[in-house]
Amino acid sequence: MLEIRWHSRAGQGAVTGAKGLADVVSTTGKHVQAFAFYGSAKRGAAMTAYNRVDDEVIMNHEKYMKPDYVFVIDPALAITTDITINHKETTKYIITTHLSKEELIKAQPKLEGKEVYTVDCITIANETIGRPIPNTPMLGAFMKVSGMYEIDFFKDSMKRVLEKLPQKIIDSNMLAIQRAYDEVK
Amino acid sequence: MAFDKMELRDIEVWDGNFAAAQAMRQCQIDVVAAYPITPSTPIVEGYAKFLADGYVEGEFVMVESEHAAMSGCIGAAAAGGRVATATSSQGFALMVETLYQASGMRLPIVLNVVNRALAAPLNVNGDHSDMYLGRDSGWIQFDAYCPQDAYDLNFIAFKVSEDHDVRLPCMVHQDGFLTSHTAQGVHTLTDDQGYGFVGEFKPMNDMLDFEHPVTHGVQTEEDWHFEHKARQHNDLMTKVMPKIQAAFDDFEKLSGRKYNIVEKYDMDDADVCVVCMGTSVETAREVATEMRAQGIKAGVVGIRVIRPFPFFEIREALKDIKAIAALDRSSPGGTVGMLFNEIAGSLYNSDSKALLSGYVYGLGGRDLTKANLVALFKELQANVDAGKVTTPLQQFIGVRGPKLAYL
Repeated sequence: MLEIRWHSRAGQGAVTGAKGLADVVSTTGKHVQAFAFYGSAKRGAAMTAYNRVDDEVIMNHEKYMKPDYVFVIDPALAITTDITINHKETTKYIITTHLSKEELIKAQPKLEGKEVYTVDCITIANETIGRPIPNTPMLGAFMKVSGMYEIDFFKDSMKRVLEKLPQKIIDSNMLAIQRAYDEVK
Repeated sequence: MAFDKMELRDIEVWDGNFAAAQAMRQCQIDVVAAYPITPSTPIVEGYAKFLADGYVEGEFVMVESEHAAMSGCIGAAAAGGRVATATSSQGFALMVETLYQASGMRLPIVLNVVNRALAAPLNVNGDHSDMYLGRDSGWIQFDAYCPQDAYDLNFIAFKVSEDHDVRLPCMVHQDGFLTSHTAQGVHTLTDDQGYGFVGEFKPMNDMLDFEHPVTHGVQTEEDWHFEHKARQHNDLMTKVMPKIQAAFDDFEKLSGRKYNIVEKYDMDDADVCVVCMGTSVETAREVATEMRAQGIKAGVVGIRVIRPFPFFEIREALKDIKAIAALDRSSPGGTVGMLFNEIAGSLYNSDSKALLSGYVYGLGGRDLTKANLVALFKELQANVDAGKVTTPLQQFIGVRGPKLAYL
């Protein structure tokens, strides 16, 4: 079982990102689950979304999770919320930030000693899609860090997931995914 | 049929709401009268979009409240069409008056109920308070545990509800957010398979049949009211279960997916079991398997058909069990939980010597964790070992503050 927790603000596309990832993974024969904590969240409120991936049908519906990966798609949430909650020793963090890894760990000491990867999904999204929607670039970074799928296969799959959007938006998302794949460190 | 068909993949990643909306599209609903409420809104939004995009030939009626939504459905069903809608929580509560009208008028309407807590305090998350509020309304009630079930049970609901020997409205329940907003793989039917399963709508006593005028919604005082209610209850008690079983059998032939009136998991040699509904059934199955590795013979019974209550099927499923936990996701408001009550009623006067205890859990979306269920199975085993219920009969799982227990 692979488990992922997304930290996001409502409106940044974590749910769409989680569902998009689930859609792609499902086409490879694996079983998936994508869900989120909503509450009466307003746009901009901190929220979490989740992915589960397994070879077997996923029966577990508990919201509690010890994630293998933590995705942080809003830079401030790495500082203002506890993104290490319910972690395990092997949990990997992919964090959207303009800071260097050292600066980030200094700002959030809980990340000390953890496997942390950084990528500036907000800037990438602004410069490619033209809006600060950091969900698809995060998935590009995840492909690099996890080695889950070849990036070309992933981009082709995401084109299908996004097929209802205008071609221009699809193209810019592909650029964003590739840039995050190349830039994550 | 003058509408476009939609190409679906064999497995689509859908949440429970979209799965229900797709099933409504494939069933080609004639009229949806709806009022939005979290978390069920995407079902009727989905239908409305399919309609606007030319995938359905039907009418979407925007109304001013849930009371009006069900009233519109009643009118359309009496006129003679295939009718459905969706609601949750406060909306469901506002619908209650009209639910009894629908069942009393013997109108086949399918209501998707995305289960959510009832205020106060206001809460948009999932529990079974609304489901329990409707349980005496004379509707058939199916329960889904995951998006696949929410999709499949919609087809089965139309098939049973519209059967001329049944003609009773039908609810399909799914857990708010845990199913409705959780995307999972859903095996699809083609449009032809889905529509073929439910078939053309066959009107009965329809008001638009001017050659055969009928009256709906009449007044009967003490001269006839009791006979109407008794016959309605008789049909629920005697005619519905065989039709549900037949629909389950037909659906298995079509899809390969087997539904049962009572869903038994590892019950053949179980000593202890939990009885529950919704997503909890699946989580409990996973935990039961893990308990067996620890030497506790655990099983799970899921209620698939809530009304009519599967009295004999429950008695059969639980006949050799030593300790049973009834899990109710609704505050019973001054008595035992509904499942505790129904299970006790099913087992009383039988040979069962099972130890029965009740648990209230998950109100307002409170997580039911695997750790909660592990502790629960261990408590049941302790009851077996002691030969008696070692705890109060009613406990609360996962609530903060002093431990609450009664009876």
